[in-house]
Amino acid sequence: MYKKIILLCWCAVLANNLIAQQADTTDLMAQLEKEAAAQNAISYTIATFKTTRLINGHTVENPGKNVLDVKIAHRFGTLNNGAYQLFGLDNATMRMGLDYGITNNLMVGIGRSTYQKTFDGFFKIKIFRQSTGKKKMPLSISYVPTLAVRTLNWGDSSQKYQFSSRLSYTHQLIIARKFSEALSLQIMPTFIHRNLSPLIAEPNDLLAIGIGGRQKLTKRTSINVEYYYMIPGYKIKGTSNSLSVGFDIETGGHVFQLHFTNTRAMTEKNFISETSGKWEKGDILFGFNISRVFNIGKKK
Amino acid sequence: MRKILFSTILIICSNLVFAQKFFTKNGSISFFSKTTIENIQADNNQVMSVLNAQTGELQFSLLIKGFHFKKALMEEHFNENYLESDQFPKATFKGTIADIYKINFSNDAVYPVLVSGDLSMHGVTNKANCKGYISIKEGKITGAAVFIISLADFKIAIPKLVESKISKTIEIKVNCLYDQKM
Repeated sequence: MYKKIILLCWCAVLANNLIAQQADTTDLMAQLEKEAAAQNAISYTIATFKTTRLINGHTVENPGKNVLDVKIAHRFGTLNNGAYQLFGLDNATMRMGLDYGITNNLMVGIGRSTYQKTFDGFFKIKIFRQSTGKKKMPLSISYVPTLAVRTLNWGDSSQKYQFSSRLSYTHQLIIARKFSEALSLQIMPTFIHRNLSPLIAEPNDLLAIGIGGRQKLTKRTSINVEYYYMIPGYKIKGTSNSLSVGFDIETGGHVFQLHFTNTRAMTEKNFISETSGKWEKGDILFGFNISRVFNIGKKK
Repeated sequence: MRKILFSTILIICSNLVFAQKFFTKNGSISFFSKTTIENIQADNNQVMSVLNAQTGELQFSLLIKGFHFKKALMEEHFNENYLESDQFPKATFKGTIADIYKINFSNDAVYPVLVSGDLSMHGVTNKANCKGYISIKEGKITGAAVFIISLADFKIAIPKLVESKISKTIEIKVNCLYDQKM
């Protein structure tokens, strides 16, 4: 009896040993990889666009946490000014701005444009992020509320204006999808409220839908297009839709964006709703954005 | 009778001591690029590794997206432009430790070892050899090594503009505590 038990044990141990031999190193690794894949199942899409701006307006991108993005943007005069004005290069409007990532999903930005001496401030909040794996999300969606303050003198001393008349608000949803490594597109439904509209006949509330996208040419360059369509009835008379075509060059910490556009302004309210230039008439202006990122504090 | 008992004990013992695979799911691999302008470091603490104490087989596997940098944008560019992690999500090493039988896994000591095998990443597989250490302390096995790879060998291109900031050769540090066994 005793003998039999030991023999049985012996067989069991031997069998165990054989099984262990068969499950060799590669199999064990395959099993580990499988387990890990099940654990880190969500893979978020990164780098839908190169930077936080497409051309004039926002992309769905935020800077990372504790990243400061210094932005300098210029729009020169229109090309149809001719050679005397060096095709518009003799004059320029400019916006200086700072973007900052409070968390990876929330950014804040401030800026000052020479156009109507406008200050602007905004938040950008990521609501959804495009992802694959366990959590499948086909789109990234961000919300951007912007406040703009026009500080240009009214130029009309006979009338008293309140401070609130200088304010305008923009609410933007940015719905983006990175279709492939090279192609990303986004749609930007936009609501603009102006506390003061210059004419009674003009609406205070304006609506627009933007579409934009980028096609990469190489790993570090891309062609961008951005178009804002003002909804009829929520549009200021005599203005055109803003259309811009740009070229991005990314070089490590810098992004250079060169573009042609029909608007001089760089704040949402101004370039979406108050663009006066028409492409077909040659009211095209050259401009550029420069972005440089700095890391503030330690990201851990 | 006695023979059977003896062989049973022997097999159980051998099972415990030799026929074992040690593994970890949270080993560390870091890499360093050192230039006069900028030092770059990234760490991955979710490295999977299996060490077969009987055959000397040693394998590593990690996700490229698991490397974390101090600078968020660097991490993005690393994934997007350099390692192209959407296309090539993982890096692996499959190799062997030479003369594994010289290591007594039940004895506290530090053993210098030679590891050779195939290192795969960014869609390229290259032979790799390096010196490392297996240290055993109170039954815990740690593997450590430092080696250098060349970016060109793995077809990782550096654009001219940032050539001065990224070293052509990258130092890789491996440190794995094999906390599990089978």
